[in-house]
Amino acid sequence: MSTNLIQNIAQENIQKAMETVLDSGTQQIVAMRKEAYETFSKKGLPNKKNENYKYTSIEQHYTGKYQFYPYSKSENINIDEVFKCDVPTLDTQVIVLINGWYYATEQQPKLKKYANGIIIGSLNEAINQYPDLVFSYLGKSVQKYQDELSTINQALMQDGIFIFIPSNAQLEKPIQIINIVVANEPIQVYPRHLIVSESKYENQVLVCDHSLNPNPFIMNGTMEVFLKTNAKLSFYRMQNAHNHSVQITNNYINQEKGSQFHSAFITLHGGTVRNNLWVDLLGEEAQSNLNGLWLADKNQHIDYNTFIKHYAPHCNSNQLFKGILDDEATGIFSGKILVEKGAQKTNAYQSNKNLIINPSAKVRSKPQLEIYADDVKCSHGSATGKLDDEAMFYLRSRGISHKEACHLLMVAFASEITKQILIDALKEEVDTLVNKRLRGELSRCNRCSIACS
Amino acid sequence: MLTIKNLKAQINGKPILKGINLEVKPGEVHAIMGPNGSGKSTLASVLAGRENVEVTGGEVTFMGINLLELPPEERARMGIFLGFQYPVEIPGVSMVSFMRTAVNEMRKYRNLPPFSSSDFLKYMREKKELVEIDTQLTNRSVNEGFSGGEKKKNEIFQMAMLEPKLAILDETDSGLDIDALRVVANGVNKLKRPDTATIVITHYQRLLDYIVPDIIHVLYNGQIVKTAGKELALELEEKGYDWIKKEFQN
Repeated sequence: MSTNLIQNIAQENIQKAMETVLDSGTQQIVAMRKEAYETFSKKGLPNKKNENYKYTSIEQHYTGKYQFYPYSKSENINIDEVFKCDVPTLDTQVIVLINGWYYATEQQPKLKKYANGIIIGSLNEAINQYPDLVFSYLGKSVQKYQDELSTINQALMQDGIFIFIPSNAQLEKPIQIINIVVANEPIQVYPRHLIVSESKYENQVLVCDHSLNPNPFIMNGTMEVFLKTNAKLSFYRMQNAHNHSVQITNNYINQEKGSQFHSAFITLHGGTVRNNLWVDLLGEEAQSNLNGLWLADKNQHIDYNTFIKHYAPHCNSNQLFKGILDDEATGIFSGKILVEKGAQKTNAYQSNKNLIINPSAKVRSKPQLEIYADDVKCSHGSATGKLDDEAMFYLRSRGISHKEACHLLMVAFASEITKQILIDALKEEVDTLVNKRLRGELSRCNRCSIACS
Repeated sequence: MLTIKNLKAQINGKPILKGINLEVKPGEVHAIMGPNGSGKSTLASVLAGRENVEVTGGEVTFMGINLLELPPEERARMGIFLGFQYPVEIPGVSMVSFMRTAVNEMRKYRNLPPFSSSDFLKYMREKKELVEIDTQLTNRSVNEGFSGGEKKKNEIFQMAMLEPKLAILDETDSGLDIDALRVVANGVNKLKRPDTATIVITHYQRLLDYIVPDIIHVLYNGQIVKTAGKELALELEEKGYDWIKKEFQN
């Protein structure tokens, strides 16, 4: 098929899906969907001419027959089995999403407002119960950036998590969102999350992406985070759905004065993965710490894209992204730092390091700096190489086999990212998963027996 | 134990070793001395199996087995240990997991079951005490941020852990102050057994005050030009290497 034809078919498929939900939801949601539909009709899917999507084309996937369900289709799954998937030593408040839809349970009702003012639950339910609160934020970032994939999510969004943490409140436990795709046919899912925090306390959110059977799927999820003055949030994402999946995450972090965002994305499995991170440092002294690690082999295609905007003075941003690529896998990092005119005394650092295990693997690294202020400290660096010969020889000279030495060095390379996970039990678990992944022993979900069959 | 016959080797096409002959028997301590650039470290590299050195002639047998055909890890498992002149820093690999992997590989080779975690830690503690290494060092990544002295002590600690038959110490004394030198030398002496041998490669005589060799060889321009008893070290200390250079220049 010609590129144009693919583009047209994909575009048509998406528009058709959008038309089925144009009138679903509250008045505001309908307005958002319609606006997104218009934008998408104009902009279409990103193609290779689009600088942001130069190395990752999504359109070919959208020509496939992925079903879109505008309602929650209850799959016959045993929720107890799903719960086995969580990190066992990690004490978290677990929320399950199935195919993009919030799965209410006794322990985790549709939406709950706690005595300290914290609200946790389904985004759709929050739209019903707290429309003013939700619509002060929902969709704002997507509208601002008009990114094509986020726009698709904006038109097709299903359900997801809503978290509101007022000032002086703290989550009792980290929130763990288990984001599961399970269907008897290829499907497309559009989760949507909104997190608003005013709290200066350590609050932690973890998302685990899993798939429960090998059916192909496209997941195009969007998360908008709003950190108010001095708010703090740690966010972790573990991507471990199977290799027939297309996983897109669009993450928008809006940071006001003195706020702190700390994050680590760990991509273990996934066919085509695209993680977009936009960080807006809007108020003075905001700090953002972004980390990412991808371990890819076979024909996996992993693409991380970051865009940090320093609008205000005295802000810090720190990015460290590392990939290990084996076989024919492709790893891409493009990161842009923009320092606006008024953002004096900015500290912005970015580093991308890639380890190539097999010469057939491909790496693209594209750091960009755009600076309009004159009193800033910015740096970016990118390094791609193979395992260090000296270190290999040192390990082998102690009787360690080539294979094992290779493994130790890969784990060491990864540990620079995993040590950024500030929840000890989670860090340990991730280290174990990374270890297994690098040995080729990790199936889609480590502990979930039904997934590993 | 170790027999080297007419060994020739080159690095990047440049001949470094030009016909080395050496015989090391169990229980012996050999010192290999010589001016900079004479080929001392290259010899150590060849014995340990470093890949950037290309052997162009001669043979090396260890306990009757042709060493040159074996990868470095096989040599190590057979009992060859190289104490590095420049120990490598490996951020992210903890000393504990490094040593546990190495020791268990050795045990596997010797048909012993792997150590349990607690047995391993106990074993490590004993060896740490033996070589007087700071407990903190083993809690860190391999050589990461270690001082020069700490790195060399760590080499001796690894030697203690792996219990080699033949230890080759490549300029272990370089960059050590006198206290560290004593700790390193004590470690080597304590680990000596009648069935093991040591090759000490050094530029200076200083280390040989502490590790007393049975035989001293002088390596110059890729060949062993002199072999004598321990008194040779004192002569070298007194007269330097110039007289050797003059004598063997052509």
